[in-house]
Amino acid sequence: MKLRVNDQVLEADATPDTPLLWVLRDYLNLTGTKFGCGKALCGACTVHVEGAPVRSCSLPVGEVGDAAITTIEGLSYTVGVEPGMHPVQRAWRELDVPQCGYCQSGQIMSAAALLANNPNPSDADIDNAMSGNLCRCGTYIRIRAAIKQAAQGATS
Amino acid sequence: MTSRSDRGNDPLGSEAVSSEAGKLTRRDFLHAGAVGGGLLISISIAGCGDKPADVVAQKPTAAAGSGKFVKQNAWLSISTDGDITYFSPFSEMGQGVYTSIPTLIAEELEVPLWRINIADGGADPAHVNDLLGVQVTGGSTAVRAMYTKFRKAGAEARLRLMMAAADRLQISVDQLVAKDGNVRRQDGTGESLSYGDLAEAAAGIEAPADIPLKPNSQFKQIGKSTSRTDTPAKTDGTAQFGIDVRRPNQLYGSIIMCPVLGGTVAGLNELAAREVPGVVDVVLVGNGVVVLAGHFWQAKLGRDALEVRWATEGYDQLDNAAIRDGLARTAEEMTGARNAREDGDADAALASADTRMDAVYELPLLAHATMEPMNCTAEFLGDQLHVWLGTQVQGVAQAVAASAAGLDPENVTIHTTFLGGGFGRRLEVDFIPAAVNAAQKVGRPVQVVWTREDDMTHDIYRPPAYDKASAGFDADGNLIAWKLDIVAPSITARWAPAVVENAIDPFAIEAAANYPYAVPNVLVRFQRHEIGIDVGYWRSVSHATNCFVAESFMDELANASRIDPYEYRKRLLADQPLWRNVLDLAAEKASWGNAPDGIYQGIALMEGYNTYMSQVADISVRGGKIKVEKITCAVDCGQVINPSGVRAQVQSAVIFGLSAALWGQIDIDGGRVRQRNFDTMRALRINEIPEIDIHIVDSDRDPGGMGEPATALVAPAVANAYYKARFERIRSLPFSAHGLA
Repeated sequence: MKLRVNDQVLEADATPDTPLLWVLRDYLNLTGTKFGCGKALCGACTVHVEGAPVRSCSLPVGEVGDAAITTIEGLSYTVGVEPGMHPVQRAWRELDVPQCGYCQSGQIMSAAALLANNPNPSDADIDNAMSGNLCRCGTYIRIRAAIKQAAQGATS
Repeated sequence: MTSRSDRGNDPLGSEAVSSEAGKLTRRDFLHAGAVGGGLLISISIAGCGDKPADVVAQKPTAAAGSGKFVKQNAWLSISTDGDITYFSPFSEMGQGVYTSIPTLIAEELEVPLWRINIADGGADPAHVNDLLGVQVTGGSTAVRAMYTKFRKAGAEARLRLMMAAADRLQISVDQLVAKDGNVRRQDGTGESLSYGDLAEAAAGIEAPADIPLKPNSQFKQIGKSTSRTDTPAKTDGTAQFGIDVRRPNQLYGSIIMCPVLGGTVAGLNELAAREVPGVVDVVLVGNGVVVLAGHFWQAKLGRDALEVRWATEGYDQLDNAAIRDGLARTAEEMTGARNAREDGDADAALASADTRMDAVYELPLLAHATMEPMNCTAEFLGDQLHVWLGTQVQGVAQAVAASAAGLDPENVTIHTTFLGGGFGRRLEVDFIPAAVNAAQKVGRPVQVVWTREDDMTHDIYRPPAYDKASAGFDADGNLIAWKLDIVAPSITARWAPAVVENAIDPFAIEAAANYPYAVPNVLVRFQRHEIGIDVGYWRSVSHATNCFVAESFMDELANASRIDPYEYRKRLLADQPLWRNVLDLAAEKASWGNAPDGIYQGIALMEGYNTYMSQVADISVRGGKIKVEKITCAVDCGQVINPSGVRAQVQSAVIFGLSAALWGQIDIDGGRVRQRNFDTMRALRINEIPEIDIHIVDSDRDPGGMGEPATALVAPAVANAYYKARFERIRSLPFSAHGLA
């Protein structure tokens, strides 16, 4: 099957029932998207499908069709900047958000989707958008601050 | 800075991370020389091991240039291009050790932190943790164990570079200054010699025995907030965790383990599994059955198609009630208990006390639930085994992998990736042999990945505890006796049997033995009681269990004495200025005693890992449920390396400890663990966290550990606040078991 991932058309010989997560990681070698729970409970596998945050562990690849998929590796291209330099990624770097780092791709993808639709989110908006992303290191305080910083950068 | 994703694709590039340089063969050298680019010259240096002078090709990190690498000591090499690489004995699991330790080196080496590339140091006897006696990342020890050692490593290298410059310039070292990776004359005249220019000459110079270190007042980097070195890779998807390792021709494995803990495979029908598209093989391993396939999802479907009959006799009767009854019965008798602390005669004082108080406290089994489930990748290359994983114990991992493969440990190379969470779980090596056995059987690289359900139902859980606390007061109400009887299984008895052969398990009584209050008669006893399953180290270990008991019971005594719990503690700490200082600071910053209406406060205090800490919890109770509004934390961790890192660890540990206090429990029923995923093992989400207000004491004491301590104080601080709210004492965790969360 063909998939549109990070502005490229990529070929994967996976069966349609294979979760998108494993197609990205094992077939396309895009390992930045992480496996955490397999049940859409932790958000580590979050990617964008047509700009919307989706738990790729619970989305059969056969349902993706020709929708545009964005992973952490391609996030910066959506705003036309160098790899790793999306405003959310920059805010994450400036505030030193990650600890173990494992959940952070998912956190960043959820945050980027939030800000794309809501450039100036309230605390409640952040809670709503981010409560599906678990972080066992407890980086939430800096995540909230980084989202606000990225929003400032986008609106100033 | 650390481009780990570029390593691991090249087995010989990854040799670069092993310090066992002398073990490389001529063939390895030639091959690596052809692909690696740089050279590393390993020179035996006095005090830094007895390895012979040796030349091997290395490319420590992708960031490094093509210059010749010159090893300066056991952890540091400098290339002729001036690239500096630090080979880390410690694993980065979020605690910031890839930033804190390099900062120590950078400070004394006189280079900015960003100049230092960080590479995995592999399993190496030179990497022994001075506080723990083996190579371990754990126990909040890295900075404590290595504070002087790594500053000396940096200072010694700088001194030899300066001596090389002095030779070159024919002047004395006293007339030179090292700054930003260059050595020049103090008077500013003449040329500046870069560390790269001097690297080869420096490596041949013997360092003086006495290496002067900077006084704290001259620190330029230590004590300043620093960006973590691993942040860029952890924000752009390139950070490589164990689960991200990709070897040529690699197979993926999904393992089924007996749902009854301790059970074994009695029968196996693998026909249906072998018919699943992509499945390559089915391998019986010590702890279950691994299905191997070209992709993980295929392996998982294959594993789901296995029909396994399990032998569970002797294991399938275990449940929470049986565990609890066993602990409680043992607590009644305490036969064979060992004393962890004995001041005066607590039993006599209790017998003669005017009044006494007794209480029983209980703590549950807990899961670690790291975000990255357990996984391991194994590959045989000739007679060598390479293993990639996130581990906190490279040496133990090497030994276990070697044993599984039937090889000598020196033929096993451990490649440590980033750890997607540790919390003590990756001190265990239970997930290694299956990958090794499967790779050996199929003759291809194998990565075995546990599902979340595998991970949660086959954790090595934090031990439960059943503790009896007693106190006696004289006729004037003075506290004259304090007694704690702690009953729990021993982690250390399994993990390091020699340690507890004739002694108490030091990791069962940490905070209980460290009782700070001025009470004339103190007795703390530990009675080991095994519960039928293995238990493991969990962030802050017995500080978490002990502090909940000791600091809750102190609160009971204060309330029974009708004295404010903060004031009560303070009075008993007259001779403990470091303890009292953090207690006072937390109370002051939390506006203790002046909480707004509807907010109730509780306080708790500890010392652990050479760090003194106090927390005040501000809670409200809404609809019968506890809501933690704010945690104020005062911390004296001695000399701070990176204040931003200290704050991050307090936030992290408070949230980790609060998740456990509110909801953390592992229930066993018929030998099976009931919690299977994050729906039934709840942990705090971003919308559920309290405000965390952190105050760091300015101190130049030697550094204390920061990865763990804040975990331990949350539960007692919240329980004490809840008592103030409802005059109800919570003596077991989690709060959810009382309907309060």
